[in-house]
Amino acid sequence: MSGKSSTSPPEAPAAGPDRRGLIAFAWLWVGIPLAYGLYELVRKATQLFTG
Amino acid sequence: MSPPVAPPGWSRWLVPPAALAVHLSIGQAYAWSVFKPPLESALGLSGTQSALPFQLGIVMLGLSAAFGGTLVERRGPRWAMTVALICFSSGFLLSALGAATEQYWLIVFGYGFVGGIGLGIGYISPVSTLIKWFPDRPGMATGIAIMGFGGGALIASPWSAQMLESFGGDHTGIALAFLVHGLTYAVFMLLGVLLVRVPRPAPATVGAPAAALTGPQVSARDALRTPQFWLLWLVLCTNVTAGIGILEKAAPMITDFFADTSAPVSVTAAAGFVALLSAANMAGRIGWSSTSDLIGRKNIYRLYLGVGALMYALIAMFGDSSKPLFVLCALVILSFYGGGFATVPAYLKDLFGTYQVGAIHGRLLTAWSTAGVLGPLIVNWVADRQEEAGRHGSSLYGLSFMIMIGLLVAGFVANELVRPVHPRHHVSRPHETKEAADERQEQHESA
Repeated sequence: MSGKSSTSPPEAPAAGPDRRGLIAFAWLWVGIPLAYGLYELVRKATQLFTG
Repeated sequence: MSPPVAPPGWSRWLVPPAALAVHLSIGQAYAWSVFKPPLESALGLSGTQSALPFQLGIVMLGLSAAFGGTLVERRGPRWAMTVALICFSSGFLLSALGAATEQYWLIVFGYGFVGGIGLGIGYISPVSTLIKWFPDRPGMATGIAIMGFGGGALIASPWSAQMLESFGGDHTGIALAFLVHGLTYAVFMLLGVLLVRVPRPAPATVGAPAAALTGPQVSARDALRTPQFWLLWLVLCTNVTAGIGILEKAAPMITDFFADTSAPVSVTAAAGFVALLSAANMAGRIGWSSTSDLIGRKNIYRLYLGVGALMYALIAMFGDSSKPLFVLCALVILSFYGGGFATVPAYLKDLFGTYQVGAIHGRLLTAWSTAGVLGPLIVNWVADRQEEAGRHGSSLYGLSFMIMIGLLVAGFVANELVRPVHPRHHVSRPHETKEAADERQEQHESA
């Protein structure tokens, strides 16, 4: 069973406002807390090699 | 509340952050242990009692995902995310009231029951929408969201600990921490509610389920009557059980394995090992799930279950002689554990179509609840019996590993038995001619 699909993405028609600012804001909204969590994780994980 | 349809020009890349806003929040559940010690000392609770809100929350996650799935499909992702926001945040606010008034039952009810409904509805809320937006890469899309559930604990764990340190570990400090959690998560999840959109239906399919004219389309009720659903249930259950087998006792396991060697593992290093496993779990969710878009769902589960069994065999045979080998095998197993969670929505989409994939996914999550009981039970029970028999070190876990290998092989066989769903289970399609229906039947038979 293939995971490949012939269906094309349902991208909305190009007409409409430029949403690049909103996309950047949305990804930063979730990316910053995630980066903080990952930083704390890496800090703790290094204890395996130094602890 | 009707499902919010994307306006012209709406980018599908706004949907994953909407999903992440919800999943990163509800993933906090796995950081509940941060609240356990202060609750135990402030309210005089035992370890078993302080675990109750989390346990009830996970039970409610499974139940609400299983029974609320159809409603989520009908009302749409914005409704589901709103319910998740209200329940998850209210759970914290009720817990704040419970801590402030020293009424522990209110914390159990608030966080466990009310918040748990938010966990289940929130978990399945973006799945179907993501698959519809990313029919070309469903594995990657759901992998991003489900990675968020793993990431939620990574954020909450240090954040909650710092908050408790600032507010104090007495009941007023805990109440204040719960209050801040409830309000912050409400604001954070709001982005998901505001951003999420369903794709505009193609002109030919107006009035019909989105993308209803391509691929198999099976209703949630009919899906339960197919062997494919139960085979996948078994696949997910065995894969999760095998992952939990390591995750449940990771810290004592690595300590026991190398206790009698020249390089024993310290408590600090064991904590680092647990953190590394979390990283592998998260990386597996996005990495393996995205890979499944390239190599296919059946093949990726062959990898999870077949190579997973091999990794367990390597640990059982050579684990105590090489620390790098032990760590590497455990990391691979945990990456497969995460990958198994993240790939299953796309596997369901391949088999049952997008029609009610969110609801079917919700029902399949009962396999997770079962594994959540089964995995720890096997590892702990076996380790206790071995200890009673006078064994120590790595020999405490040998039998558990053999059981895990057996489970993974059973899951592998179940995956091999998965075939395309018979057209008689497909929903009837508007405007479909008899010739088209016959062609569909023939395609199935040739597959």
